[in-house]
Amino acid sequence: MNEEKQILIESRNLTKEFDTGKKGVKVHAVNDVTLQIYKGETLALVGESGCGKSTLGRTLIRMLPATAGQVYFQGQEITALTDKEFRPLRPKMQMVFQDPYASLDPRMTVRDIVAEPLNTYKVCKTRQETTQRVSELLEAVGVPVEFLGRYPHQFSGGQRQRIGIARAIALRPELIVCDEPVSALDVSVQSQVLNLLKDLQKEYALTYLFIGHDLSVIDFMADRVCVLFLGQVCELAPRKELFEKPLHPYTSFLLDAIPHADPHLRNSSRKLLTGEIPSPLALPSGCSFHTRCPYATEECRTTKPELKAYGDRQCACHHAGDFHS
Amino acid sequence: MDESIRNQESLQSQIGEKDGIGEKLLRMCRQNKLAAFSAVLILVIILMAILAPVIAPYGEAEQDLLNRLQGPSAKHLLGTDELGRDVFTRLLYGARVSLTIGILPSLISLAVGVIAGLLAGYVGGAVDYIIMRLADIMLSIPSLLLAMVVTYTMGTSTVTLFVALSMTGWASVARVVRSQTLSLKESEYVQAAQSIGVSKLVIMLRHILPNCLPSLIVLFTLNIPSAILSESSLSFLGIGVQMPQASWGLMVNQAKEFLFTAPWLCLSPCLAIMIVVLAFNFLGDGLRDVLDPYMKNQ
Repeated sequence: MNEEKQILIESRNLTKEFDTGKKGVKVHAVNDVTLQIYKGETLALVGESGCGKSTLGRTLIRMLPATAGQVYFQGQEITALTDKEFRPLRPKMQMVFQDPYASLDPRMTVRDIVAEPLNTYKVCKTRQETTQRVSELLEAVGVPVEFLGRYPHQFSGGQRQRIGIARAIALRPELIVCDEPVSALDVSVQSQVLNLLKDLQKEYALTYLFIGHDLSVIDFMADRVCVLFLGQVCELAPRKELFEKPLHPYTSFLLDAIPHADPHLRNSSRKLLTGEIPSPLALPSGCSFHTRCPYATEECRTTKPELKAYGDRQCACHHAGDFHS
Repeated sequence: MDESIRNQESLQSQIGEKDGIGEKLLRMCRQNKLAAFSAVLILVIILMAILAPVIAPYGEAEQDLLNRLQGPSAKHLLGTDELGRDVFTRLLYGARVSLTIGILPSLISLAVGVIAGLLAGYVGGAVDYIIMRLADIMLSIPSLLLAMVVTYTMGTSTVTLFVALSMTGWASVARVVRSQTLSLKESEYVQAAQSIGVSKLVIMLRHILPNCLPSLIVLFTLNIPSAILSESSLSFLGIGVQMPQASWGLMVNQAKEFLFTAPWLCLSPCLAIMIVVLAFNFLGDGLRDVLDPYMKNQ
């Protein structure tokens, strides 16, 4: 497995800031993120709301312009390209959106929605051919072909998300950014959509950047997990190792926060995080997690921890793993 | 091979559910009788205006001073005015001016306003700033004053009225379209289109414009009566339609003085305006429903 790992997309010191309207005050949404996504894997991005998960996903595939840093797609620096130069690469990275109710145009039929990417890149020559392609795509995602002429509001949430997925795979992309694709769905439908995503990954050799906050979903989907806090990578590790033995204290708090359905499994001693996330307008000095971290020392308050490798995992903490003892 | 052709045919028949504009209009007529009736009524009125010289029993400015201010009779269907002119005849001729002035400037301001609003909202930045400041300037000048300035420089004619009414009308349309564009721009389906790489023009035309339609139809139907009525005040000021020529607004204005002695004089042009305005409103309602996918199967 290790030797055939091929980097599909990677970011180097990627930073994204938003203007607030006030001079000099900026929202630091993504901060100096360096990460690699390998071909064929599912990298999950987790973190609290507002930590920059979606922004990172969108900046990676150039839906948002990066403030600083580079993104390389198959070795090519896409942050340096002009829009025109980037256009041929655009079909290779697509996105599945969070809200299946908002991400489909209510005034377009399902056929037109799924045909839009095909028409944009003139994949098919005739209208018939396009319709044929669309029906194949709908079949692939499990939406009955009879519904081609229907409008999005005539579908359930799960079916709508399937249509959104059909749209995303229409151009045979390499990378799909799934921005919390199941968080708006009923729990009973979630697993169906997740299974569909897994099947499609096998069939079309897709690579996923899976953004989410539901750790049980992540556990099901991910090969590797990247934990984000205030736009910075805290920890990046293979799923199993991360869930078994988190190195970063923030990761361990996140794992502890998973609710257990069985009351007997709920232990009263579980650690819960207190306090609020520091404002992304003015990041704390040193480690940005030190204001909430019970293990913080003087070093944490003054020096920013670098992302260091620990075997095949990475962690940005001065005391990585120490808190277990 | 045969199989795939048959598949395609059956697919085509399934998409047959999605219909063209002609079928949509037919569906509207079936579902919404009032809208269908309004459409027919508007067509009839337009036809009558075009055929005025054929239908009208008298000439447009033909006077019969002996029969002034007559009530409705077999000879004069809607009576005569203070100069003994046949009111029915003048109503027919007046429809020509009033309908063109009601519909055409509304269409022009709608077209200009939609383009300006889409550009301002979607492109943003300096384009937005320039377009919206222009719109603000237009909205801050009283339209009557503007019309007088236009008339002063271009001379009095129906064309001048057109220009004057279109100049003020586009600004309010642009504002509505811009605000809708701003909110639609942030919607996930527009972002999805952007992530696919759909061009700005196509996003504006295929995603944003159709979703602005309901408010545009309302704006358009509201614009028509106000244009007809502002024509009347402009004519009253001596700008625009000149005396021997008839227009509904002008007729209402002149009939004011005889409101108590000859009420039919005022009543008939008022009723005509009301019927046209109502018909456009009902038609607009019908159009809005038929263009709304949510209403399709109800």
